Parts: sequence; C-alpha cells; structure tokens
Amino acid sequence: MKIVATYNIKGGVGKTAAAVNLSYLAARDGQRVLLADLDPQAAATFLFRVRPRVKGGGTALIRGSRDLDKAIKGTDFDGLDLLPADFTFRNLDLILDTAKKPTQRLVRLLRPLRTSYDLVFLDCPPGISLLSEAVLHAADLVLAPIIPTTLSLRTLDQLTEFISGLDGHRPALLAFFSMIDRRKRLHKEIAERLPTERDDVAATAIPALSMIERMAEQRAPVTAFAPRSAASRGYAELWAEVRARLS
Amino acid sequence: MSVCSHNFAYTDGERSVPLAVRDALAPQFSVVPAARARTLRRTWLDTFDWRLHRAGLTLEYVADRGPAELVLSSAAGERITATVNGTRWPVLADGLPRGPLQDRLKGLTSVRALLPAAKAASTVSEFRLCNTDDKTVAWLTVDLLHPARPSAEDPPAQLCLTAVRGYQAQADRIAQCLAEQPGMFRGAPPPLDAVMATVGHAPGEYSNKVDVELTATMPARLALAAVLLRLLDTLEANVAGTIRDIDTEFLHDLRVAVRRTRSALKLGAALLPDGLAAEYQPEFKWLGDLTTPTRDLDVHLLGFADGAAELTSADPADLAPFHDYLAQRRITEQRRLARALRSARFTALTASWRSNLTGLTPPRRGPDAAHAAAGIIGRAHRRILVLGGAISADSPPEKLHDLRKRCKELRYALEFFASLHDLSAHRRAVRELKGLQDCLGTYQDCEVQQQEIRAVAADLLARGDVQATALLAMGDLASHVGQRERRARSEFSSRFAAFASQQAQARFEALTASAHS
Repeated sequence: MKIVATYNIKGGVGKTAAAVNLSYLAARDGQRVLLADLDPQAAATFLFRVRPRVKGGGTALIRGSRDLDKAIKGTDFDGLDLLPADFTFRNLDLILDTAKKPTQRLVRLLRPLRTSYDLVFLDCPPGISLLSEAVLHAADLVLAPIIPTTLSLRTLDQLTEFISGLDGHRPALLAFFSMIDRRKRLHKEIAERLPTERDDVAATAIPALSMIERMAEQRAPVTAFAPRSAASRGYAELWAEVRARLS
Repeated sequence: MSVCSHNFAYTDGERSVPLAVRDALAPQFSVVPAARARTLRRTWLDTFDWRLHRAGLTLEYVADRGPAELVLSSAAGERITATVNGTRWPVLADGLPRGPLQDRLKGLTSVRALLPAAKAASTVSEFRLCNTDDKTVAWLTVDLLHPARPSAEDPPAQLCLTAVRGYQAQADRIAQCLAEQPGMFRGAPPPLDAVMATVGHAPGEYSNKVDVELTATMPARLALAAVLLRLLDTLEANVAGTIRDIDTEFLHDLRVAVRRTRSALKLGAALLPDGLAAEYQPEFKWLGDLTTPTRDLDVHLLGFADGAAELTSADPADLAPFHDYLAQRRITEQRRLARALRSARFTALTASWRSNLTGLTPPRRGPDAAHAAAGIIGRAHRRILVLGGAISADSPPEKLHDLRKRCKELRYALEFFASLHDLSAHRRAVRELKGLQDCLGTYQDCEVQQQEIRAVAADLLARGDVQATALLAMGDLASHVGQRERRARSEFSSRFAAFASQQAQARFEALTASAHS
C-alpha cells in the first residue's frame, strides 16, 4: 500500500481537486483506493456527496476507540472509498498532542488497511502543524500543488526544508503547478522553467479552468463527468507522473 | 463487486421492475439507470452427477459482445474467471484454458466432463439507488432470464441489492420497502435453479445412489420393485452419455446399475412373481457382459499414467504403443457397446422391465420389507463368512474373485435397504465391508491387467510391428502390477479377519435388527 499526501503549507492551491481526481483515475486504473479527507472544511467529502460525519469524531479515530475501517464509505465509483471529514478534525492537532508518539499515530492507524487498499490519498489541511508532521511521516510521496508566483515558490522551499528536517522516514516530494493562468507571462515562464531545473517539480501543470470549478456543482471528479476536457487531460498526465514516481 | 446484500424475485408481469422499485422507494430514494441494459447468453455447466453443485459452486459460461468468459462462483463469495474461446461442450477440465480456474475444476471434476445443465438469455440492467444528496447508497441489478428451452413462462425477475460500503442501514431500509411491494419476494433462487424450475427440474437431481425411501412394514415385493425401478432410472439416465461417450463415468454408472439389478434379482428372486427373475436374469447378464470389455479398458487407461510413472527400468514414453493399442481397442469396444444400446433388444428389455415393475402388486401373503431385508443381508453375510473362511494362502485366484462378487452382493443389499436401518450403523457396516472389498478389488484389477498386458504383448509381437523397448516397458509395468497384486493378496487375511471378527458380526446382526425396532 502506497500513501500519497496532497499537501501544501498554503491553502486554496488545488490540493483537494488533485486528491479527488487522482484517486478517481487510480481507481479507474484498477487500483483499490482510499481517499482520506483530513481537512475539516470537508471539500473532498462534499464532492463525493458523502455526509461529513464520523461517529465519535476525530478523537475516537485518533485514540483508536472507533475502528477506522468502520468509518469508511464507498463512493459512487468502483474501487474508490472515502474516509469522510468531520468538523472535529479541526482539533486533530490537539487530539494528536495528547496521544503517545503523535507523529507515528497516522502510520499506526493506516497499517490495518494494508491488505484492503493499494493506494491511500491523504487530503490535508494547509499549514504546518503536528498533523502535517504525522502526515509526512506516513506518506511515501507528498504531492504539493504550487501556484507559479514568487511567494508560492518560497513556500515550496519551506516545504522542502521542513521535509529534510524530519527525523526518520522522509517522504519523496513532487510539486506541480496548479491553477496556471496561461495569459500571465510570469505564470507561463515559471511553469516552463522550473521543471527543467528541479527534479521534484512535475512536468505537468494543471491550468486554472472553469471546468475544475464546476466539480462543486456536479459533486464529482472532473475526470468522471468531463473525461475529455482539458482539465481531465491535465490530471491524467499528472497521474501518469505520480504513478511512475510510486513505482 | 461485493456480495449481494438482499435478493428478491419479482413476479408481477404487469408492471416493469424499475417502475415497481421506483414507486416503492420514492421519495426517500431515487432510482437512476447506471448503464444500458445488456443481454448475455448464459450456459450453466456441471458434471452429469453435479459435482460442482454439490461442492456449493456454480460454473457459468457467459457470452456478451466481447470474449466469452467462464465464471466459477460460490455463495460464500469465491469467484474465479477465465476467458474462453471456441470451447465446445462437453469438455473435460483438461480441455479448458490453463490457469487458476482449470486447476480448481480439475480437482473437483476429476474424470467427469463438464456439460451444459441449462441455457438462458439474460437481460441485465443496473440501477443506482440514491439518497436525497444523490449519493449512491446501493446498487440494484435486475436480471430477466429467458430460458433457451421452451417453457410456459419465464422465471421471475431476479433482483440483487448490494449496499455501498458504509450504507448498509440504508440498503436494509430499501430492502424493507421492496419486500412490501406486491409480487416481490425475498430470497430469489439462484438463476440456475430458476431456469431449471421452468421445465420441472432442479440442480443436483441426478445421483447414482440407490436412494429410495422404504418403510419397515411395506410389502417386501413393493420395496424390491421400488429399488429396481430406481436402478432402471439410473441405467436409462446413463444410456445417452454412454452412447455419446461423453466421459467414462456414464458407462461406470450404467454398469453398476446393471450389476445392482442382477444382484437384486438374485437375492430377491423369491419376493417377485414366479418366473419374473428367471426371465430377466439372462437379459441383464447379456447387458452386463456387453459393458465389461470397455470398462476394463477404461480402468486400464485411467490408471495408465500412474502405472507409467512407477516404471523403474523403462522410460514411460516406451509404453506409447501399448497405450495406443488399448485406446484403439477401446474405440472398437465402445462402438460395439453403443450399437447394442441402440438395439431393439435393449429398448425392449428396458421397456418391458419397467412395465413389469410398475405393474407389480403385493402378494396376499408375504414378508414385509424389514424381514426380507434381514433375511437377504443375513444370508449374504453368512455366505461371505463361509467362503472367506475357506480361503488359505494356497487358494486359487478364482476363490478370491468369487468372494469379491459375494461381497458386492452384500454391499448392494445394504444399499438397497439403507433407509430401513440406523444411518450410523449402516455407514459403519459399509465401511467394514469396503475395507475387504478394496483389497479384493485391487487383487482382481491387477489380475485382469496382467492378463491384458500379456495378451497385448503377444498380439503386438505376432504382428511384428513392436519395438523391443515397448515390450521391455510392458514387462516392467507387469512387474509393478504383480507387486501390487501380491501386496493385496498378503493383506487379505488381516482384512478378512477384521470383517469376520465377533464384534463386526454382532454389529451386522444389530444393523438388521434395528429395522424392526
């Protein structure tokens, strides 16, 4: 079982859109996929039409009094399950803080799912916290969407530094450009240059497209309701890169 | 795909299934078609004696627009599939594409061929059952079966409701709503059962066992007639398969039915009207003798690979001329047998035999079934004790062959009257007898095979078209068969001693006495 975390210190950069579409594409490829929505905003949960509620909340999950397996819901798509978000996930940092070995907690929680899934996507909330540290300890690959601006690139450097400073297991990092506006010269220039300079930046860039925004209206991955759209083609190329990194 | 949570059969022919389901579930749940309905051609396969069905398995050949698929499944969720191309039925598992499915089937079917048990066209539609968020909480598959064999009406529509993970409670509520619909019944029979039911049949209905229900107080003549009719059913059920030479077990079951009939006629002659047994005994002997050459060759050929693997000084490949000779002779013998089974003599025999048996009436005075059974089993048992007790290390093989026949008679008598006896006592008696029978059977099979090897070697040599290596390999083979024969002969005394022990005799007496209690 491989674990991919869609994560960035910065919010609103396309983490959830990437997690939702890549999990759908992985399941369509025949993999058994779980998408865990760790963000209390519950956007991924909403997109799959699942109610954002976990019995016992984050406390029961983290402390192990509720079986993670029992909280999982099937989506409308073959091979793709979802661990829904819950509003109590806003306190995951505090809950983890009271647990033993908090940064290892997520690894231990996910271990029993090894035989049930080939791939787990963790859709993470933004920020640097105890939860993000636990996520980075659990993940094999961190997939970080970045907007091609100077400030975003600075955030990528911060993330690289944060990962290299971790004790023990360190996940691989793959950043990709997201929400690119091709009309902006700076966006175009950075998106073309950086993948040639850095190994940890994907060649695929996901453009800012209204079709991606329509996911909230359709409540489904764009790769499912508009499989031939430019947005879907972008996610398919990104999935091919991610799959290659995982293998 | 998950295992079905709830099964339904829908019999209201007036309303379409989706409409009935929609009305049952509105407004809490909506019914959304998931894909266009597709029509599949389905053929259910099993051995003639239903080995897969008895193992709780269903094998289906499903042809859609794409490549055809074989699907082996069980109610417990086992599922193995294989793509097949151009396979014609019947077929032995050896003739299927290699892979996990073939491996599983080989173990289950052994020497029996897979043949179609039923055929139907199946129109399958899938629906998503959604909650008020338009989230799919369950899948509904509707299967409309149209049997290939003409029947008065199609089976009821089959509905399979499968809960999406995490939504079992909603699926249970949906199932409850559906169950309340007129014409909807919980627990649809498996498709194979539904298709076969339209023509008045059911899976697993063939068995080569003499499973007749007798009562202790019924007239013995009627009890024997019931047994003989059951044997005639088995005999006739295997005629077509023997003629078509589908697999070796059709002939085996036919031959056993004939042997049992001959034993019943011999052991129970006094229970039948005067002259009836004497009239039919020669006819069934004719039939039994007809089956012997082909069956002997079958036994030889079925064990050929094992025998060849035992060779010590010769290469198994050197036995090829011997194998070809046996196979060629089998073709000739099988043709002769098939001709006899198509003959007017055979047709007249079975027809008149059935007519005589169905017309039997109980005599004014005569024993009941329990007393007759006790007498027949007791006499057969005592005869074995006498014959077996007289066999010594110097006795000729014929004595052991004769004893083997008597053991078979006792075994058949136990089977005929099994329903009158305590089941566990019956099983124990059969087990004790079987130990002796196995030993005698091995001894005789080895005798026959050695004679066969000698005869074939002489014939091949006389024709002058045999290599020395083949003759040497046959000699090696005969030597191993001879070793097995000597082993069986040396085991005889201990096997017989166990069978003839005081305790075993007491158990036999208690068995027949149990019918009266």
